[in-house]
Amino acid sequence: MSERNVSRRDILKMGSAGVIGLAGSYFLNSITGLTPAASAATIGKKNNHHHMNHTNNSGDFSKSEGYLMAEKLLTTFDYGKVSTLPNGQTLREYDVIAIDKEIEIAKGIKFPGWTYNGTIPGPTFRCTEGDLLRFHFINGGSHPHSIHFHGIHPPEMDGLDPIYPGEKFTYEFEAKPYGLQIYHCHVLPLARHIHKGLYGNFIIDPKKPREPALELNMVMNGFDLDLDGENEFYTVNGFANAFMNHPIKIKKDQLVRIYLSNLTEFDLLNSFHLHANYFTYYPTGRNDNPSQFTDTIMQCQGERGIIEVTFPYKGKYMFHAHVSEFAELGWMGFFEVE
Amino acid sequence: MKVKWLISGLIPLLLLVAVVAWVMINGAGVEKDPAAPIEVLNIERIKITDNGFELSISNTGPESIKLSQVIVDDSIWNFSVTPSETLKRFEEGIVTINYPWVQGDPHAIKLITENGIITEGNIEAASLTPENSLSNFLNYGFIGFYVGVVPITLGLLWYPFMKRFSRKWINSILSLTVGLLLFLFIGTLADGFEIGAEAPTVLQGNMVVILGALLTFVFLIGFDQYQQKKQAKRASSPFNIALLMAVGIGLHNFGEGLAIGTSFSLGEAALGTFLIIGFTLHNITEGIGIAAPLLKIKPRIRDFVLLGIIAGAPAILGTWFGGFIFSPIFGALCLGIGAGAILQVIYVITKMLIDEHKKHLEPAVSWLNLSGFTIGLIIMYLTAFFVKY
Repeated sequence: MSERNVSRRDILKMGSAGVIGLAGSYFLNSITGLTPAASAATIGKKNNHHHMNHTNNSGDFSKSEGYLMAEKLLTTFDYGKVSTLPNGQTLREYDVIAIDKEIEIAKGIKFPGWTYNGTIPGPTFRCTEGDLLRFHFINGGSHPHSIHFHGIHPPEMDGLDPIYPGEKFTYEFEAKPYGLQIYHCHVLPLARHIHKGLYGNFIIDPKKPREPALELNMVMNGFDLDLDGENEFYTVNGFANAFMNHPIKIKKDQLVRIYLSNLTEFDLLNSFHLHANYFTYYPTGRNDNPSQFTDTIMQCQGERGIIEVTFPYKGKYMFHAHVSEFAELGWMGFFEVE
Repeated sequence: MKVKWLISGLIPLLLLVAVVAWVMINGAGVEKDPAAPIEVLNIERIKITDNGFELSISNTGPESIKLSQVIVDDSIWNFSVTPSETLKRFEEGIVTINYPWVQGDPHAIKLITENGIITEGNIEAASLTPENSLSNFLNYGFIGFYVGVVPITLGLLWYPFMKRFSRKWINSILSLTVGLLLFLFIGTLADGFEIGAEAPTVLQGNMVVILGALLTFVFLIGFDQYQQKKQAKRASSPFNIALLMAVGIGLHNFGEGLAIGTSFSLGEAALGTFLIIGFTLHNITEGIGIAAPLLKIKPRIRDFVLLGIIAGAPAILGTWFGGFIFSPIFGALCLGIGAGAILQVIYVITKMLIDEHKKHLEPAVSWLNLSGFTIGLIIMYLTAFFVKY
């Protein structure tokens, strides 16, 4: 024993620190709150989020390219080049060109789109029931495209035949019936051609004009950036949160008419909900369809209708998709009533 | 003559410069625009604060990247980036998102660049990332102490018991140590690959682990030989072997501490009593391993203290590092070095065992040694049940 440098007593001394430590580990857990039980007890206290920011996407008042596009589409209607035929019928001629273009779909985000006339959605074509319409279509894009209009027309003008890049075609038909129509590309694969941006509203006014109003055009859509079949952004007129930071200005008691359609790809439904007010909804824009007096309507893809509303109080009225996810991913806005 | 020789060395270099310059100016003739923009944005670390999230990001793609939108849990959210929303190649930044996260809930954060490229970061169970406060620092230190220093000290305590063993039994214990170390070597490499995989692709985390292990192994062999030559000794001294083993195991424990500290700070592991006892059981064998080569000499008590600290204390450093400043590539390098050091110890002990048995004209793989080796592996495998989560 004596010849050893390390006696057993020494070894025990060395180890005692470890033994005490091991015993202490039981206490450690309660002190540090490392065990699940301990942290569960703290949830109530830690879950105090008063200081966290609960607002999103506010405070950006800059008007970027994408916003300006959405704003322009809100109030711009394309009536075409108007002339009168020998039989007295009004002829409207529209130039439509399909072009590949990068579109700003949310602040700073570029989307490689396929467009009619360089915007997503495309221009809002407008005419009166009974007019003769000629759409001179040029495909300036990289893929075959077409224009398929909703409405009543001869099947050969239905836009099922692809028009190849560099080729032209004129769609000619009489505008009927009155109401809100839509148009979109009908080349396969359909989901890709529509999702890329080839769609828009097409208004056929009734022969007896509607009551004068502030008229707004709104196309609900979505954008899937990584092509996983799920949209990253939802917008009205192609720019996320366009009317959040730039509310749509309206006068008190003024009649507002909204031409609303849904061309969202990948989701079954989209919806429109107005805060603090009720509106009258005419499905497909037909006065002879049963209308609804409500604050929320839903539309499946391709469904559309006209909303008529007046605002009895001054202030800011929010509107958004009542699918919370769509709302929070860009489909939200304000009417500012003065 | 010498000038000519120098020129012959410079000619290929100058030609290389010329070729590179020509390609830079005229292109290589095989240019093709990528179908989609190539952007590589890495989320290195997500810190959860009282106000929301702080993401450390880096750009390791070929071009600069502009971060344009952030979506948290399917909702567009405000954010700010320091130093700027545009990251040049190899530039790093911090994204700050004020978000009302929920304790214990998963959260998904999508960073979207100007070109619509999405990088996703996931939080499995949100909890406040420990602040760099003194008490947290001490807590993490304690965890490292229990995982590293305590079990190794306890293992070393077997020394007087083992000291009474005969030569053959001592050799069997050394075989057991080889088994333990082999398990540790493989485990350390595997941990290294796991952490290395989290590092940005351009840094080649897995290669760093392998290179770290190889170079350490070769360096230690070379250093050992140099020492022997200098001291004109025939074999490595037992204390040197124990010391090397302590260094190797220390680096391994550093990695273990790293893993604990990281997963703990990410809220992934609830480090409870069970896990601490598990680590103590698992790592106690490391103490036995370190004590084994010393059975043939008369170590002093301060030698044990030194070995215990070298092998155990890095676990404390590891938990601090993992908990507060974690960097995957540095972790991978440390684990690679640890694996290399452990491999060298395996090599030295095995060589020593074989030489020893040769001297006594015995087979090296005796039943006793084989059993020791097998038991070593099995002990490690079974005690690892307590620490795998």
